[in-house]
Amino acid sequence: MKEINDLNLPDDVKYTKDHEWAKLFEDIVTIGINDYAQDQLGEIVFVELPETGDTFSQGDEFGSVESVKAVSEMYTPISGEIVGINEALEDAPELVNESCYEDGWIIKVKPADISELDNLMDKAKYLDMLKG
Amino acid sequence: MRYLPHTKEDIESMLKVTGEASLDDLFNCIPDDLKTKDSIDIPQSLSEWELNAHMEELASSNIASKEYKCFMGAGSYDHYIPAIIPYLISRSEFMTAYTPYQPEVSQGTLQGIYEFQTMVTELLGMDVATASHYDCGTALAEAALIALRKNKKANKIAVSSLIHPSHRQIIHTYISPAGYELIEIPYTKEGLTDVGALENMDDIAGIAVQSPNFFGNIEDLKAFKAAADAKKVLFIVSFTESLAFGLLKNPGYFGADLVAGEGQSLGISKSFGGPGLGLLAGTKKQMRNLPGRFIGKTMDTNGDEGYVLTLATREQHIRREKASSNICSNNGLNAMTAAIYLATIGKIGIREIAQQNHDKAVYLKASLEKSGFESVFDTPFFNEFVVKAPVGFEQKRVALVNDKCIFAGMNLESFYPEFKQHYLFCATETISKEDIDQLAKEVQ
Repeated sequence: MKEINDLNLPDDVKYTKDHEWAKLFEDIVTIGINDYAQDQLGEIVFVELPETGDTFSQGDEFGSVESVKAVSEMYTPISGEIVGINEALEDAPELVNESCYEDGWIIKVKPADISELDNLMDKAKYLDMLKG
Repeated sequence: MRYLPHTKEDIESMLKVTGEASLDDLFNCIPDDLKTKDSIDIPQSLSEWELNAHMEELASSNIASKEYKCFMGAGSYDHYIPAIIPYLISRSEFMTAYTPYQPEVSQGTLQGIYEFQTMVTELLGMDVATASHYDCGTALAEAALIALRKNKKANKIAVSSLIHPSHRQIIHTYISPAGYELIEIPYTKEGLTDVGALENMDDIAGIAVQSPNFFGNIEDLKAFKAAADAKKVLFIVSFTESLAFGLLKNPGYFGADLVAGEGQSLGISKSFGGPGLGLLAGTKKQMRNLPGRFIGKTMDTNGDEGYVLTLATREQHIRREKASSNICSNNGLNAMTAAIYLATIGKIGIREIAQQNHDKAVYLKASLEKSGFESVFDTPFFNEFVVKAPVGFEQKRVALVNDKCIFAGMNLESFYPEFKQHYLFCATETISKEDIDQLAKEVQ
């Protein structure tokens, strides 16, 4: 497993305490799990996705990710409606391991209140949390 | 794999570890007032000879269906059980008190269940099937729970009033404590579930229909699939007569999301109405929502094929708080029986048996009509149908059981009070033309 300093934690995304990331682009927030989460989980074998059109509040469970070691729930970093799910994960869940911020994204949400992003952590704060 | 009780030596060595002097000391933590004071009141022991005589006397007080001609179905069917079935399933590897799932000792059992699952998916036209459930009713209740839990906005499930009455009751028993509600879809004068009635049913999470339905009639599953799609809810198909799919298009063909039915017809004796065999299958999309367990095929470290319990984590091992069901077991021996039965009769055999069932039921209906019974529904059926009996038939029916060893239909009024003097008749391959001719003569 990676040392904290070796983690790939981009500056342009926001982080949650449950190790999801969220990135705003043209009114849509893309959400996935971060490098720490995929590294801790190990080889991912299944991603349980919600359906397009489902609505969630910030902090709601929206799916789960299953690795050879464990199953972990995912919680949405922002309230809103699901406008996209990464269907490629159905056949290739390993994309989450290989490319957790790009090809391994999980859902796209049309946020109900963009200011909720301010409740999330930036890289520095998230690192502080990891280091405890 | 054998299950043997502890020997005296085993117990002594375990007591040495725990530090108690005797088994009674070990149970000291149980309050005295909860313990049985007197010994259990059971009769004196019998010799083998006396015991056999006693058991035979008890057995002879039962009506065994072999000597009786059975024209009753309604969820439990009289089918021929090939001799290979009792021979194979009485092997001790299969007939243990508990199904062993440990892969290192149970490859045979696990492969048997794997083959069972495969044949069930082929029979029902679905992607995945579980390792089995207790009976149709419990499998159907699990299917209803999947739909209800998946759909967080709705707390009702629409269930056809022509689903077996006992199974509707089981669904209700399972779902009502969780705050869910079963609403019944009425039936039409053709003896079919009223698909139009669904239009006014809101807040439902799923639609459950049985085909052939309790009246024996074949439902238009295509119409229910369309209704389920329009409402964006799960489509659940049930059945009590699995051999019907030897002739009928299977639920998968009609786009069922979940199928829950009874497998008793697949080589399992009626045994006073149970245990049956719950078949539960789904589309690949529903795989992770299906309760119970699956057996999967895998490869061991030497590259050899092997079978293991898979996808059963939620119910028993980890994430129990996420379990959709508390089902941790399956109906192992009966699943094995069904697998042996299906492998024995094969694809051509099941078609032939199904055809015989249907042909005999058609002949039975025509014969009863000649004897003064009235046809009630002009709707295609498989091996069961409803007729209205002439006045005085009920007394005749009771006399036929006692005097002629014939079960002449089931009184429908006990389940549907609006159907006075109506009877549900069934004919299977165990009934001969002569049996039908005799019945027609007796009831004239």
